[in-house]
Amino acid sequence: MSVVTLTIDDKLVSAPANTSLLSSIQEQGIDIPTLCHLKGLSERGGCRLCVVEMEGNPRLFASCVTPVAEGMVVRTNTAKLLKYRQMMIELLMAQRNHVCAVCVQNGHCELQTLAAKLGVTSVRYDYMCPDLPMDASHERYVIDHNRCILCARCIRVCDEVEGAHTLDMGGRGVQSRVIAGMNQPWGTSRSCTGCGKCVQVCPTGALFKKGSSAAEMVKQHDFLTWILDGREKKIWHWR
Amino acid sequence: MATSTNSKARLATVWLGGCAGCHMSLLDLDERIVDLLALVDLVYSPVADIKKFPEGVDVTLVEGACCNSDNIHMAREIRLKSKQVVSFGDCAITGNVPGMRNRLKVENILSEVYADGPGPAPPAQGGLPVLLAKVLPLHQVIPVDVYLPGCPPSPERIWLAVTAMLKGEPVELPAEMRTLG
Repeated sequence: MSVVTLTIDDKLVSAPANTSLLSSIQEQGIDIPTLCHLKGLSERGGCRLCVVEMEGNPRLFASCVTPVAEGMVVRTNTAKLLKYRQMMIELLMAQRNHVCAVCVQNGHCELQTLAAKLGVTSVRYDYMCPDLPMDASHERYVIDHNRCILCARCIRVCDEVEGAHTLDMGGRGVQSRVIAGMNQPWGTSRSCTGCGKCVQVCPTGALFKKGSSAAEMVKQHDFLTWILDGREKKIWHWR
Repeated sequence: MATSTNSKARLATVWLGGCAGCHMSLLDLDERIVDLLALVDLVYSPVADIKKFPEGVDVTLVEGACCNSDNIHMAREIRLKSKQVVSFGDCAITGNVPGMRNRLKVENILSEVYADGPGPAPPAQGGLPVLLAKVLPLHQVIPVDVYLPGCPPSPERIWLAVTAMLKGEPVELPAEMRTLG
């Protein structure tokens, strides 16, 4: 395994070649915001919150989908990055209907927490207020498109970990929607095993257990580490 | 109320399109209300019987979103007469629950609630403020100086923000006190 040396926030670090810049940054104990990234799933580069500045290049790089390279010089926490990260959060808030006060995930939501952490106090853009449906046809779970940020964690966990690939992305651009089966009511999909992994990895209140009321939905995704460490490394985290 | 020395700051609180929960949370300052009233004159508020928004207000807390023409008029008057305007709670900041009607057409809401619903429909013209096509957050109507999030903001958030403003300091709430919802 070859090793490369790079500079992260003025500190020289080494990392195995072909690994992501994000993993090196996190290994340094640097707290970098992420939303679509989830340890155990493939990277998507969708939310762009993990962007970094790269010396010698004017554009920003999403660190989750940028491999480390020899001599790379990156900055993870600058005024410019904060400005862009705030804009991204605001755009996410403006795109769908995120009404925290009445959301099942109020108080446990990654979008809500990140907005507060990054100092997003208000949204400068016009809210799009799209007329979006909820699909409560599944016997145990509900998808509420109003809260979806299209991070695709649910789609990836369904495909990569559960192996069912019931969920996928339909439409394009602002019309994109998480769909079940052949864009049919979730409850009628025959491939869904009802495992609920999609629900547990969802960062917002877009996926939740039926019967959850405001602020009642708490999620945990450490099961991903248990499953993947067992499957790939034969390490079993019995508790 | 509002009759003591000139050295006190002039505080106003306003209730636009919201549920009054933010004002309930203000009252939940409990005994600190006494401390607050030692620092300010409350010159306008739903909890004080004052009919007209006064001139020369130092800090105005605005609860609620702008839902109708009356809210817009009031917001503009507040801005003209206040040194600092606070978006007080989620409805003022995002539109929040009142804004949930924004995906619907106003005509459909009015006909479903009033014309098709029980009881007499309100007069089509005359007297009542006109509903806006979309509920607006306060900062889309007037410039806002401070955002105080929460549904409602906890008394602790209110106390921190208001006391900082009265001291002329910037409002810097810790991250866990900046969450919406």
